[in-house]
Amino acid sequence: MPHNRTETGGRIDRGQMVNFTFNGHKLQGFAGDTLASALLANGIRLTARSFKYHRPRGIVGAGIEEPSTLVELMGDDASGNRPATTVPLREGMIAKTVNCWPSPGFDLGAITQLISRFIPAGFYYKTFKWPGWHLYEPSIRKAAGLAAAPTAPPKQGHFENRFGHCDLLIAGAGPAGLMAALTAGRAGLRVMIADEGTEAGGSLLNRRLTIGDGPALDWVQGVVDELDNLPNVIHLQNATVWAYREHNYLMVNERAPDNPSLLERNWRMRAGHVICATGAIERALVFGNNDKPGVMLASAAQAYVNRYGVRLGQRAIVFTNNNSAYAVAADLAAAGITVAAIVDSRMDVPEEARSMVADIDILAGHVVTTARGRRQVRGAAIAPVDGGASQQIACDLLAHSGGWNPAVHLWSQSRGALRYDDALTSFLPDRPAQNATSIGAADGQMTLADALDRGARAAADVAGVVRPDIPKSTDLPYAVTPLWRVKQATGKAFLDIQNDVTVDDVHLALREGYDNVEHVKRYTTGGMGIDQGKTGNINIIGTVAMQQGVPLDEVGTTTFRSPYSPVSFGAIGGLREDSVVLPYRHTPVTDWNLKNGAFMYESGARWRRPGYFPQAGESFQETINRECRIVRNGVGVYDGSPLGTFEFKGRDVGRFLDHIYTNIMSTLKPRQGRYGLMLSDDGLIIDDGVALRLSEYRWIVSTSTGHADAMNSHFEELLQTQFPDWNVFVTPVTSQWNNATICGPDARDVMQALGTDIDISSDALPFMGFADGQVADIPARVVRVSFTGELSFEVNVAPRDLPALWGKIMIAGAPLGIAPIGSEANHVLRVEKGFLSLGHEVDGTIDPYDLGLGWAMSRKKPDYLGKHAVAIRRAGTSNRRELVGLLPEPDQMVPEGAPLTPGGDRKPTEGLVTACVYSTVNERWVGLALLENGQSRHDETVHVRLKDKIVVARVTPPIHYDPAGERLRS
Amino acid sequence: MMNIPCPFCGPRNEAEFAFGGPVKPDRPDPNMVSEEEWAAYLTQVPNPLGPVQERWWHVKGCGTWLTIWRDTRTHDIVVRPADAS
Amino acid sequence: MHRYSAAALLRHGINRHTTWPRAWRCPPLRDSYDVIIVGAGGHGLSTAYHLAKDHGITNVAVLERGWLGGGNIARNTVTIRSNYMRDASIPFYVKSVALYEGLTKALNFNMMHSKRTMVDVVQTYPKMRELRRRQLTMDIYGSTYEQISERELRRRIPALTGGGPDARLPITGGMVHTDAGVNRHDAVAWGYARAIDAMGIEIHQQTAVESLVRGADGRIAGVQTKRGLVRAPKVAVAVSGHTTTLTETVGLKLPLRTMNLTAFVSEPVKPLVDVIVNCPDAGFYFSQSDKGEMVVGGAPDMGQSFRRDIKQHVFEDTVTAMLSLFPSFKKLKLLRQWGGHLDIAHDASPIMDQTDVPGLFITAGWWGGYKAIPAGGLTLAHLVATGKSHDLMSKFTLKRFRHLDYVMETGTTTAR
Repeated sequence: MPHNRTETGGRIDRGQMVNFTFNGHKLQGFAGDTLASALLANGIRLTARSFKYHRPRGIVGAGIEEPSTLVELMGDDASGNRPATTVPLREGMIAKTVNCWPSPGFDLGAITQLISRFIPAGFYYKTFKWPGWHLYEPSIRKAAGLAAAPTAPPKQGHFENRFGHCDLLIAGAGPAGLMAALTAGRAGLRVMIADEGTEAGGSLLNRRLTIGDGPALDWVQGVVDELDNLPNVIHLQNATVWAYREHNYLMVNERAPDNPSLLERNWRMRAGHVICATGAIERALVFGNNDKPGVMLASAAQAYVNRYGVRLGQRAIVFTNNNSAYAVAADLAAAGITVAAIVDSRMDVPEEARSMVADIDILAGHVVTTARGRRQVRGAAIAPVDGGASQQIACDLLAHSGGWNPAVHLWSQSRGALRYDDALTSFLPDRPAQNATSIGAADGQMTLADALDRGARAAADVAGVVRPDIPKSTDLPYAVTPLWRVKQATGKAFLDIQNDVTVDDVHLALREGYDNVEHVKRYTTGGMGIDQGKTGNINIIGTVAMQQGVPLDEVGTTTFRSPYSPVSFGAIGGLREDSVVLPYRHTPVTDWNLKNGAFMYESGARWRRPGYFPQAGESFQETINRECRIVRNGVGVYDGSPLGTFEFKGRDVGRFLDHIYTNIMSTLKPRQGRYGLMLSDDGLIIDDGVALRLSEYRWIVSTSTGHADAMNSHFEELLQTQFPDWNVFVTPVTSQWNNATICGPDARDVMQALGTDIDISSDALPFMGFADGQVADIPARVVRVSFTGELSFEVNVAPRDLPALWGKIMIAGAPLGIAPIGSEANHVLRVEKGFLSLGHEVDGTIDPYDLGLGWAMSRKKPDYLGKHAVAIRRAGTSNRRELVGLLPEPDQMVPEGAPLTPGGDRKPTEGLVTACVYSTVNERWVGLALLENGQSRHDETVHVRLKDKIVVARVTPPIHYDPAGERLRS
Repeated sequence: MMNIPCPFCGPRNEAEFAFGGPVKPDRPDPNMVSEEEWAAYLTQVPNPLGPVQERWWHVKGCGTWLTIWRDTRTHDIVVRPADAS
Repeated sequence: MHRYSAAALLRHGINRHTTWPRAWRCPPLRDSYDVIIVGAGGHGLSTAYHLAKDHGITNVAVLERGWLGGGNIARNTVTIRSNYMRDASIPFYVKSVALYEGLTKALNFNMMHSKRTMVDVVQTYPKMRELRRRQLTMDIYGSTYEQISERELRRRIPALTGGGPDARLPITGGMVHTDAGVNRHDAVAWGYARAIDAMGIEIHQQTAVESLVRGADGRIAGVQTKRGLVRAPKVAVAVSGHTTTLTETVGLKLPLRTMNLTAFVSEPVKPLVDVIVNCPDAGFYFSQSDKGEMVVGGAPDMGQSFRRDIKQHVFEDTVTAMLSLFPSFKKLKLLRQWGGHLDIAHDASPIMDQTDVPGLFITAGWWGGYKAIPAGGLTLAHLVATGKSHDLMSKFTLKRFRHLDYVMETGTTTAR
């Protein structure tokens, strides 16, 4: 290994060896290495195979921009599709290359190279049509997809989310970001600075520059130390600002929080101001075989020699169109690598660049046309840029720089405008769309001094302080001449290395008319890989511009979408689980229900309720039948607490209720109750329930369980926005008034046994009446409503009293055989009575007349919600579906939702079964249905169309039990 | 996630609010308008490419129904446009 | 039309693909046509196709503000299915699914139609009841829907390891819709574009329509574009999200509002899930693309929006729901997310009708309208050409709002 390392230097700890395994080979690196740098230090060049052609590939970049070497980590670290350049080396790490088999060195998929000529961009749109795609799809799917899918959640550890607020969020801790953080931090702003790298410094980590009088990294350390001591600054490394959303809301994915049980943390940051100091990403040059292992971005080569102490090869060629690669050449030479030549496509190389590399040959006005070598680069063909004879130069490293793209991803996500800058030949931030500033290389300040100055100024502006002095620094001025592709390139010249998109592919797309840059992207898949085209997109745009003869800004960019780099779903979800997002609602007798064998489940609006109370040896149907018989023949009790309950107070409550109910409520006398229907203003039934008038100005309104929340919204919206001057106050009291509903012919006996000071005779407390008093020595309001059709007493008490009341009811009712009733039996009982159920009989198309509830539609009131809409709808439509009863013949169950069709034929439906239950009182199955013109079709025969048979059914009135309602009034 | 100014609670995360829809014209007296006008009132809402006046309910906060102007192109909360009716 | 085939690829491969013809032309914009279609998205292109193919009307211009196929057809989750609830909807979607299945052949363009079945993961009893209602009604129209057990559900989707008996929403069973499939959305746009171009219809990209133009008789007369006035006696507007923006230029108000629906994809991984997984109670659905990405759709942002981004809290809800049923996806990574705007009608069902401005047609209110593209084009072309509603779309009128006679369809999006 040592021969691939420089003697000294770098930010690796040479005293700390790290063992790891790559594609089955046991290897060593140093603490501070990335997987990529450790592989290079081990002399491993061929690290991957490409997506489509399975060409040999190496490491191209040094950071998140890496398009080529994606690995899958195994064991405890398991995760897929990780750029090797962003994986910090860990002891015992096991990694393997994605998308090749059996190994990158010998990959059977490489057979596609033989037919590559016949599979250009979009070839699959033109073939694989016969006999059908299904024949080809499985093998295509298997070939695609890169890493294996995860099979289990992380074995240990968890993810979390955290909200954060700051005055200033700085994305990127390079020189500009650090300078901004220091300035704002000293000024006392609440600052968060987040950086995706393992340590602060950004490009300074990879370069050999000075700030002040010493190495730039000493300055970085000083700033980091000072920031750490400022209580108003949060400084995160390994933390990517991955989304910039509306209202300065940004997402920061922290991958190594200092908490061993925490895998990742996602910060949801609300920032007063945002500074994008996201740096710049070097772009590739496009020449023949620019994907060979050993062909690398110049900045990456610089990072490997300087930061990781990797001697990348013996003999390098540096190919550039700008000044920045001259510093790279100098650093390579300083690391002991022979730089055979700098190939510069520019005719005139600035003197300050030349002076950095006095001993190196510079071939100005030349380009690399093609890299040579089979499994790794062995040399390059070099020719004058405007044509002429080529020469061959041997090398084992080809470092190239096509210039720099400001990383405008976040800026663009924030909707900030971009403009094309001719001097920098790239898109730059223009007008901000939110409170945001772009600084440093991300803003086109390409020298260290400019970046520091801009960072200090931007932060000072936000903080409202005077710009501090900045330390002096020296840097090579940036000068670039665009070279979007080498025209003389031979062999495949890649624009997108990850997705194997070549110049020829883009030309083909344009030739075929896919001439918008979005068409080009989609037709060729350029820029759609995991790297999202960070190094290559601009070259695609440039190639399109060259071919169309238009400036780049006319071609435009494709959209920059979040995330900036891939984020695990675990981090996005955090600790939230559905039990947290959808917490159950419980009543005070949940424990009793569970202890007494209730089968509990959610039955709407997140309430966890008992469905039924099975006894040993009973089938489901037997349980339901038993519970129904108990109510019909004796007495049962159920917990009606979830029913929506609202208290209304004020002088205008009557008027308000008249507006929201279809019938008149204001005429109710105190101590009376009335059932009513509520419609939306466009005439759809939204709820039903009972209003009780407690006193002149005080009412209780009940709603269905499922719609209680929506009704709360409805009441408040009307009162606050339409009738703000009406004297009505509404308070949801569902959880303040719990109840036990005692129902059945023996209910009054149970009440007597409980003991009450309320006169519960039917004269004193008739149906729809209510009274306050004591029941079993508990303060209670007893209401005579009935959802079962039997004599019922709804005993409302404070929640803390419900368990006690419940227990007393069980004791008092024991001699009468009282039993708890679940929601399944309740459903049967209400179907027998033809009581409507929202969601069954009411599905958004049905009005009160259809249900036979026309009596509830007041004709006296000139206006109420829905009145006119119902009139308009009924005038404009015919053949309405109306509620009827249904008796299947012969007696049998038909499923809820089953359609009724004329004759049971394959014809449009004329209705549907809304409910079908076994009725113990009728000793047969009975149903409810919505049927076209059903109210005039009683005694007719209709047909329920099932998949395997047609069931005949007789139409009846929608009430199968006690049509006169004598029992519930008893 | 927007940051919605509640008149009572100050700026709060959108997740605390329920969307209440665009503000429609004042509800006319249904007995004074034609059926066609009434149907239009019920079914048509403002749908501007730009500022829209809309309601939010601070349901996980103070319970206020509040009204803001929001630009549908940007989500920016804006001042009432000068030409708004 | 130059035929695409494996043989053609071989032939063109020999000369390095330098002689492939354009898939569509770039003709000069004329000042009048028989029909103008505004919007070169799925519905616009499909309508143009059926105008030419079924009715022989080819003097047609499709005008597109941006790039063809760049609207919602570029942004959707490619789920094609017909498991609807109402008589007004099911046959329409059954027809659309059938047309999609034949589209590769009809257009000589590989749509990569993958009839891979949709499986519903059901977690509540009310949802199961609703789906069973759909099942029996769908059966009338020949659309398949079968109930399966939880055990069978887990066998078919091995990655479905959440939703056990102790979960907040335990899985109660599933439904299988074998008619469902996915295909390649760009190919649909490009295939139609190439086909209509070959039949003589003109596509004009970068030709934004700024306003509609009425004649003195009140009829539609044409459109004002940024490239000038273009006349036509019939104009069909197929510009999801921007329908009201355009119709208001002739004073026409519609019961539509614009919303943003979002989707996202994971990093590409090897094949894991072979079917479209729909989790209506949890509120998300996904399928794995041929490239290996999980393509996920979830909850909408209910606010009006002409933005194409995603609200973080809405997105987090979807991710949370997904992880509750697919906990192994915690280690999967989000690669890309985006939104598309659509206009939703007051009753959430589509509108395909002639408006009060004679000669002006709209197709709008599509929410999950990708699956409707072939049948939408077929029926709108019928209406535009003949002036009469096609049987398959006779309920999706604008007049229904005048009578408040809504078509209340559930299951309009895949998830809910």
